[in-house]
Amino acid sequence: MSGSILNVENVTMQFGGVVAVDNLNLEINEGEIVALIGPNGAGKTTAFNVVTGVYQPTNGRVSFLGETIVENHPQGKMKKLYKGEHAGEYSHVLAPTPDRITKLGMARTFQNIRLWKSQSVFDNVLIAMHCRTHTNFLAASLRLNHKEEQEQRDRVAELLQTVGLYDVKDEPATSLPYGKQRRLEIARALATDPKLLLLDEPAAGMNPQETNELTAFIGQIRKDFGMTVFLIEHHMDLVMDISDRIYVLDFGKLIAHGTPEEIQNNNRVIDAYLGVAEDA
Amino acid sequence: MIQQRSKKGAVTAVIACAVLLAAVILLENISLLLPAGSVPNVLKPTSQLFAVLKKGAVYSLAAVSMNLLNGFTGLFSLGQAGFMLLGAYTYAILSVPVADRAAVYYLYGGSAVNFSFQDMFGTIFGTEGVGGAVSLGLGVAVAMVLAGCVAAVFAYFIGLPVLRLKSDYLAIATLGFAEIIKAVFQWQALGPVTNGANMIKNFPTFSSFNITGADGTVILRLSTFFPFLVSMICIAAICLLINSTYGRAFKAIREDETAAEAMGINLAKHKMLSFCTSAFFAGVSGAMFAMFVTNAQAKVYTTTMTYEILLIVVIGGIGSISGSVMATFLYVACSEWWLRFLDNVTVINGVQLPFLRAGFRMVVFSVVIMIVVLFFRRGIMGDKELPDLFKKRARKEGTGK
Repeated sequence: MSGSILNVENVTMQFGGVVAVDNLNLEINEGEIVALIGPNGAGKTTAFNVVTGVYQPTNGRVSFLGETIVENHPQGKMKKLYKGEHAGEYSHVLAPTPDRITKLGMARTFQNIRLWKSQSVFDNVLIAMHCRTHTNFLAASLRLNHKEEQEQRDRVAELLQTVGLYDVKDEPATSLPYGKQRRLEIARALATDPKLLLLDEPAAGMNPQETNELTAFIGQIRKDFGMTVFLIEHHMDLVMDISDRIYVLDFGKLIAHGTPEEIQNNNRVIDAYLGVAEDA
Repeated sequence: MIQQRSKKGAVTAVIACAVLLAAVILLENISLLLPAGSVPNVLKPTSQLFAVLKKGAVYSLAAVSMNLLNGFTGLFSLGQAGFMLLGAYTYAILSVPVADRAAVYYLYGGSAVNFSFQDMFGTIFGTEGVGGAVSLGLGVAVAMVLAGCVAAVFAYFIGLPVLRLKSDYLAIATLGFAEIIKAVFQWQALGPVTNGANMIKNFPTFSSFNITGADGTVILRLSTFFPFLVSMICIAAICLLINSTYGRAFKAIREDETAAEAMGINLAKHKMLSFCTSAFFAGVSGAMFAMFVTNAQAKVYTTTMTYEILLIVVIGGIGSISGSVMATFLYVACSEWWLRFLDNVTVINGVQLPFLRAGFRMVVFSVVIMIVVLFFRRGIMGDKELPDLFKKRARKEGTGK
């Protein structure tokens, strides 16, 4: 394990008077699989959205690969409303759009599948490679980039073979079964050439067998692509199985973090989220 | 690898275009080949057929450029007529021969722009014979490209604030800008340039491309061929763009903006690209429209014109280029030609048919459109292209897959 790849420092996300994420600190090291768990409404997806640039945090800083990518401090009306801590610590405002963060090497999937519906499986992955093309649009229209285009198509074919979707490459994305759509969404994220993969509830709505397949798949991605994975998930089997470390959120606050064993035995986490078996 | 794309499709398309162009040349020159007495009415140069073909060529480019924006990028914009107006005026202002300027701009005591591309090239290549043809061709081509560029530049500045809006709001804002452009071009203070609310005329039109002999008789008609050629080149360019990596990004934006942005597609940049490209080709089609009607006048480029083009796009199928082109010719032929007989008072066996009188054509036409929209909910072509239909059939017959 080498240095940290993603660093979230004192991030607070406040919508009006509601604090969705409160003073979140987390760190992800290269090659790790880290899970973020917590009850519904704990602010997990909000934290994801802050990291990927969908929301601008109210306060705090996010660094990726040692460089600050997102930073903000309470401004304007928020100055009075702000309920969080570390208010005066940050002075810069840095709010890139999600596409710029993706270009830096962070790709994500969505809680409810967001594939490009009428496009084929192949095109879904191919479009995701667009952000890595170097040709301008005139050259691309005049087909001066056929070398790059061919290279991309070869890479898509290779990627689809790796994830086991090559035999359905010409089907429209929505005609796939649910589990495969999830898999395609992950393949699409991988096509943007990320260093860090963020998965928002990849197993949501899956049956146990599909979940097992997904667990194996995430492990395979880590092995094959050397990918660092950060995921939100409610399936505890999956989380405990593959995570190196786990962060637990409750009401926007980080209540625990540690290895799966530590989390399973942490009383606060059991109270807030995991619960105990009824006959215990 | 297996993903080698076949060149067959492209070759077929080029051959099809060449055949179509040859057919157009043949069609409009039949009247010259046949002995004078035996030319059927429909093939005479004054026939409605050629007016329909010309207008169809002009409108198909306008429709396809609108489809690029509305159908492929998912931006519901209604600025088409405004951009066509910009193209038409740019072309007209840069093309009226210097000698005719005083007559055209007589209300303003001559034009502020004493320059035309045809004259400029005329000083290089000469004005007679082959040199004259070259200077005419180059002059028109350069003016048309500039017409597109002016529309694209305006689109860029309009796009800066407007493209932050979505769906209906974008439509209203672009509609507003189109109206503003129209009003500005009719403004008296700009008279020396735009000729105020009067029309600009005397610039080269489609019939300038007919090749005439020394005695003024037409040797070869190219007046329908020219708009077909220009539209074909422009539509081919749009096709190439749509099938390139940028076109795929446009489609991704249409289908899911959030996902597109998360996959590294810069929304602002790509929307602007699509908006400006669409405006460019709308400008070119506007220039051609000015050539078709032989004048440029701001009051022609109304919202109704935008709706007409939008209607064509919807009938053809949002997201289908071949659909837009087919719908254009059907629409233009229906509205201008095939239903004409409904406008004439007709008496059969001494009984005057009811309803048939001037204007009834438009009533029937509206009903036809309603029927089309009811029975083809997604347009004639949906989001398929013409070759897709053959592909499907081939697959069914071939492998049984």
